Amino acid sequence: MKPGFRQSMAWLHTWAGLVTGWVMFCVFVTGTATYYRADISHWMRPELQAAAVEPGVAVERGAAYLKVHAPKAVAWFVSVPQAERPLLDVYWFDSFETPIRQATLDAGTGAPTTVRATQGGDFLYRFHYELQMMPGLGRWIVGASALVLLVALVSGIVTHRRIFSDFFTFRRDRSAQRGWLDAHNVTGVLALPFHLMITYTGIVTLAFTLMPWGITSAYRGDELRFFVEAGQSPAWRAAAGRPADALPLAPLMARAQAEVSEPLEMAIINNPGDAASTVVAVFEEPKGLAHRHPQVVFEATSGAVIARLGTLKPAAHVFTSFLGLHEAHFAGPALRGLFFLCGLLGSATIATGLVLWAVARAPKAGAVPGFALSLVRGLNLGTILGLPIGIAAFFLANRLLPVAMNERATWEGAVFFAAWGLAAMVGLARPYARTWREMGAAAALLFLSVPLVSDLTTDRGLDFAGFDAAMIAIGLTLAWGARKVSHYRGPARLRAATAPEALARA
Amino acid sequence: MPDEAALRTAGLGWRWRALVAGRVALAAFGGYGVAALATAFLSLALPMARSEAVATATLLSFAIMVGAVIWVFSAHTLSRAALGLAVPSTLLAAGLWLALALVDTAPPA
Repeated sequence: MKPGFRQSMAWLHTWAGLVTGWVMFCVFVTGTATYYRADISHWMRPELQAAAVEPGVAVERGAAYLKVHAPKAVAWFVSVPQAERPLLDVYWFDSFETPIRQATLDAGTGAPTTVRATQGGDFLYRFHYELQMMPGLGRWIVGASALVLLVALVSGIVTHRRIFSDFFTFRRDRSAQRGWLDAHNVTGVLALPFHLMITYTGIVTLAFTLMPWGITSAYRGDELRFFVEAGQSPAWRAAAGRPADALPLAPLMARAQAEVSEPLEMAIINNPGDAASTVVAVFEEPKGLAHRHPQVVFEATSGAVIARLGTLKPAAHVFTSFLGLHEAHFAGPALRGLFFLCGLLGSATIATGLVLWAVARAPKAGAVPGFALSLVRGLNLGTILGLPIGIAAFFLANRLLPVAMNERATWEGAVFFAAWGLAAMVGLARPYARTWREMGAAAALLFLSVPLVSDLTTDRGLDFAGFDAAMIAIGLTLAWGARKVSHYRGPARLRAATAPEALARA
Repeated sequence: MPDEAALRTAGLGWRWRALVAGRVALAAFGGYGVAALATAFLSLALPMARSEAVATATLLSFAIMVGAVIWVFSAHTLSRAALGLAVPSTLLAAGLWLALALVDTAPPA
């Protein structure tokens, strides 16, 4: 919005980055945590010990529960217990209009689990893409914010004159603004391919929510038909309307497994109990980028194979590879760690950008900051430190709320939002440098207390050493950051003149 | 856009703000509109299987939208920016109208 392409892009980067920064910081932090969703879920169910169960037996157990509790459902889903989630999850639809329902069963007995009720890592995962709001609204907010972030990324790249030399530039002692600018550049440029990839592929995961118009024009809005033709979903077979006995599930699963080398992930029973019922064996993703699941579809009454899904046409393969890249299911421990680090760098890029906006507009010493600046400072505090405080409180709530509590999983979420909301209000009421120090120290203490509280309330010994180490590392990083802020006394060459003011402005 | 920069420095804050608001609205709604029209048109017009055309068009749509937004904020004046979106939108809408008339989208009997 200034003469010259680069200047107009710098303007666009500044403002697009600011308006999307708070939402995207939360999306990046919770998304980064989601790379370890299974480990978080594991930690949040300390009573649970992995017990090996034959997949076919597990499917039979899940179906037996559903036969009693959801006999009129249009579809049953039985998720096979895995090493990282040794529970038997069953889902069902009572009709296409009603929301999906779910129960978590003990893999060994098929009875409802007695493990503490928690959403585990799924809480942060769902927050990552729909902010724990109504799905439609939450996904639109996240998707639109991600589009704005993509604009901020592209305009940010254009703004950069010297992208390569900025890689090695960190002028910590020149001025507060220089230091924050360099920190923003280093974290932004270092992982730039990741930032672009994760933002674009993240938008693609919400593609048909944000951009349904291709299906509208080419399929007259029939989304299921699109997925069937794309080879990602079996065709729906309508119910016959008369009951018939189905074959046992375990032998069908074994027959499907004989054709596919990946382990069984889920069984789907469409129109259970009906003469036209179908059974789908869904397998885990084969090695490779694409997020696609081999499937074998049986007729439930005869056991005849109706369809086999596996290979995809080129564009569908690219599309699903984008989803696969985003979720990184293909990544082993080392690559997963790298994705996690890149996610942290992305969060840091956004956080330093938000702080930079406020630092660059700091009023002269002694002047009163305007409303807009105070608001940005408050929101920065409430987001950058408020969210970690909420997450630490969420972990603590998992250990401290009574195991038999009613609506326990909901209460864990309530503690997350209450702690975050409290921190955000403190930030908005006192948007000063001192508050950064105090809230940073509080967040550090909360994270450092997680392993301690966990050890006092559970008896799993060193089973969770990795999780505990991560909590301590996060706590120490926050403590170091809080200390840095409290010891920062402005740039060396200005210190003599403006020492207290410089701190007040930071 | 030198005129707008001059407005800003001349202290005409409200006019500057209105022009900025105009660009933001044009980028959001106009950019989305161009991307949506392109997706709907390409899903019918690309010479490949129907599901492949939808996947390709949808994957491209977000790059198209970002390109449109960058254009809106880099054009010299707001009216030039609007014209730059109006021309492709009109062409895409005409193409979509034609494609909807020519391509059979009915499910097989």
